[in-house]
Amino acid sequence: MAEVTTYNEEVLIEEHGYDDHFHDHHHGDKYQSNFITHYIFSMDHKVIAKQFLITGIFWGIIGAAMSIVFRLQLGFPEENMAWIKPILGKWIVVNQDGIGTLAPDFYYALVTMHGTILVFFVLTAGLSGTFSNLLIPLQIGARDMASPLLNMMSYWFFFLSGSLMFASLFLSTGPFSGGWTAYPPLSVLPAASSGSGAGMTLWATSLIFFVVSVLLGGINYITTVLNLRTKGMTMWRLPLTIWAFFITAIIGLLSFPVLISALLLTVFDRELGTSFFLSDIYIGGEALDRVGGSPILFQHLFWFLGHPEVYIIILPAMGLVSEVLSVHARKPIFGYKAMVYSILAIAFLSFIVWAHHMFMSGVNPFIANFFVIFTLIIAVPSAVKVFNWIATLYGGNIRFNSASLYSIGFVSMFISGGLTGIFLGNSAIDIQMHDTYFVVAHFHIVMGIAAFFGMFAGIYHWFPKMFGRFMNETLGRLHFWGTIISAYMIFWPMHYMGMAGVPRRYYSFEAFDAFSHFDEMNKFITVFAIISFAFQILFVINFFYSIWKGKVVTTKNPWGANTLEWTTPINAGHGNWPGRIPSVNRWAYDYGKDGVEFTPQIVPLKEGEVDGH
Amino acid sequence: MSADSVAHDTVEHGEGSWDGAGSPFKASYGKLMMWYFLLSDAFTFAGFLIAYGAIRFSMPTWPVPDFVFSTTPFGGHGLPLIFVTFMSFLLIISSVTMVRGVQEGHAENKNGVVFWMFLTIIGGAGFLGCQAWEWNNLIRTEHMSVTVNPFGTHIESGEYLEGDGHDIKAGDTFVAGDSYLIHQHDGHFAPLKYKTDAGVEKQQEFGPKSFGALFFFITGFHGFHVLSGVAFLIIIMLNVASGLYEKRKNGYEMVEKIGLYWHFVDLVWVFVFLVFYLL
Repeated sequence: MAEVTTYNEEVLIEEHGYDDHFHDHHHGDKYQSNFITHYIFSMDHKVIAKQFLITGIFWGIIGAAMSIVFRLQLGFPEENMAWIKPILGKWIVVNQDGIGTLAPDFYYALVTMHGTILVFFVLTAGLSGTFSNLLIPLQIGARDMASPLLNMMSYWFFFLSGSLMFASLFLSTGPFSGGWTAYPPLSVLPAASSGSGAGMTLWATSLIFFVVSVLLGGINYITTVLNLRTKGMTMWRLPLTIWAFFITAIIGLLSFPVLISALLLTVFDRELGTSFFLSDIYIGGEALDRVGGSPILFQHLFWFLGHPEVYIIILPAMGLVSEVLSVHARKPIFGYKAMVYSILAIAFLSFIVWAHHMFMSGVNPFIANFFVIFTLIIAVPSAVKVFNWIATLYGGNIRFNSASLYSIGFVSMFISGGLTGIFLGNSAIDIQMHDTYFVVAHFHIVMGIAAFFGMFAGIYHWFPKMFGRFMNETLGRLHFWGTIISAYMIFWPMHYMGMAGVPRRYYSFEAFDAFSHFDEMNKFITVFAIISFAFQILFVINFFYSIWKGKVVTTKNPWGANTLEWTTPINAGHGNWPGRIPSVNRWAYDYGKDGVEFTPQIVPLKEGEVDGH
Repeated sequence: MSADSVAHDTVEHGEGSWDGAGSPFKASYGKLMMWYFLLSDAFTFAGFLIAYGAIRFSMPTWPVPDFVFSTTPFGGHGLPLIFVTFMSFLLIISSVTMVRGVQEGHAENKNGVVFWMFLTIIGGAGFLGCQAWEWNNLIRTEHMSVTVNPFGTHIESGEYLEGDGHDIKAGDTFVAGDSYLIHQHDGHFAPLKYKTDAGVEKQQEFGPKSFGALFFFITGFHGFHVLSGVAFLIIIMLNVASGLYEKRKNGYEMVEKIGLYWHFVDLVWVFVFLVFYLL
């Protein structure tokens, strides 16, 4: 697959590279001298990336399995569920005829955990954590992160957070069940629901540790991108992956602390009897002596994180897709600077649109106008990016493999889900659409499936760099087609249900005759959810099989890509480059320039040649 | 921190340049990280202060700070804001001594650094001591808690019908906007009866309880920052004294980093002071 090139990377790095005296200091590797420091408490960014990825896959399986259970309830409410009793125990209630049904409380717990796990553990830690760690030092030409110690701690705080959340699944009262947004009073009053007691205590503690993890990671990513770029790596020569991770980290740095504010106030309300988020609460007809606060205040604080969070999820996917598309279309990314400016615009706008999640919470309609306008303006930079991806593909010599198929699939999903965002961003239309399956369809497609597609593209593309082997290509394509078809089959029909007013989060629609004609559609969706789950299992098998048995990578640069990670040895050790750090002489997207298929960033500019874009 | 860092020997190259192999802000990775941490922490505090504003302005009345914070140790009464002014002054002076410590660090003067850091620690510990006294006074003497706020505010003018044996005597008059403290007698709150100018007989009501909750939460969160700061100052001062940073020849950068944190904590106090004591 690799082209015969007229230059030798090692010679280029030796001649033009840049000596940081790294190897003078580090004779032998005191960081990775034994099993524990190499595989468990590792400070090597490449190992930490794999830890994030594999933990993310673990949570992905759990989160997806939960969705299968509640989809079974929605699609086949009459069927006997007694067969899952061995796993779910008392949450399957079996009547005297031996017919098992899902406990309604547990249905809400499943929905809550599905959201929390997927949003935070899989698509934040598993996506940004994995690829920021793997690619930032490799693509900017650094030995490691600015602080490998804090980087390691970032993973272990994530692990601690995950352990607490995992423990909450086994509580006798069940995990938290008030929705992943944890609105008060469900999150504040233990009497509100079975999951609001110990389940919520663990949920809040877990998320506080999660924020610590995100901040430790993010501070590191920002500092590394700013301070540790190799010689010649100007900001305008950064691959779009790095731009995306950099801006993502900045968004996280400014929004996650506000979630800490909200969670600490919640903990006070729960544990010390304050009423920051409570007012006018009646339980069993009795007014509680908890007055003076405002549940809307929590919603503001929460969505000040919650909305930027969706860009924390989607921007890394966008960065990965931009890079993968360009490499496999063998064309420079179209509109590099426009791509960067649109990332910046999206990041800025993400902070001033949060109340579009609250149109129906009693927000003043005039204030809502402000949020409508800025929400709709986000369509502009988003459309710029979509246009640029399509223009990158246009006329390209596209290699259709798992990575590029997933990138193209990402663009498809992002368009489909983005268009429905324009509906929901209008406060007037939102009166009809809010809290229906239309919303479920919108955000699953635009930030769930799309982010997953970006993640899969990244995994198939960088798997050779991570493990020195390829993933199985046939299984990869099967995985892609199975996933994209079932994803559309699951979420496309939900738009119609939502437009007809079918509310989300309902355990059962038996009592609503108006929705009974959707019973068959619900069955259809559930069948495809199960099919989709089966294809993800296929991916997991492919992933782990390929780590040990995949086709071995024999050349440093199997995709013929320009970025620096492909100049490191196939199985790079700690410090990434055995000798000098390569210096950079051009932008990352010289594909097909002057008739040369690809020109890596380390190749010096020729006499009179102009760099880039 | 240096033991875990691998790639920081590069700093001298292209200092101040964005072209790679250098730090564009002419700052080491550690100092940048401290700045970014402080930026994120500022957002956490901003979240709290916005919550404070939102709750306070949804309340019909709010205790008047000049009345609430008018007690000092050794029995001082009716001295509005005198004690908090003193403790704020201590904290701000400790920022000045911190600056001197950083300055001595740049001059590689070990003893100077230790001396000024020691004074900073005294200032920080003094501030914490004052805060402890203030909390103790509010909780033990005035019986405010996170759920009970005995500081109320009159919304109409009138005349007291009974006295509380402290500041109020029967026959005292008041106008709308005056604050009062409901005292405890024998372990129970004893709200006083009064007659409004319109001739209606009423008794004192408790103030908004979010006042106490917000006060203890936000000043407590700030106090926790000061406490951690003092702990780090002590550790770093001991490291300075042991000669650890002298060997690094980087102008006592660790002192500069804790200095950034210390000034930040000081700056946050200015805002906390503003919203709780001045507005």
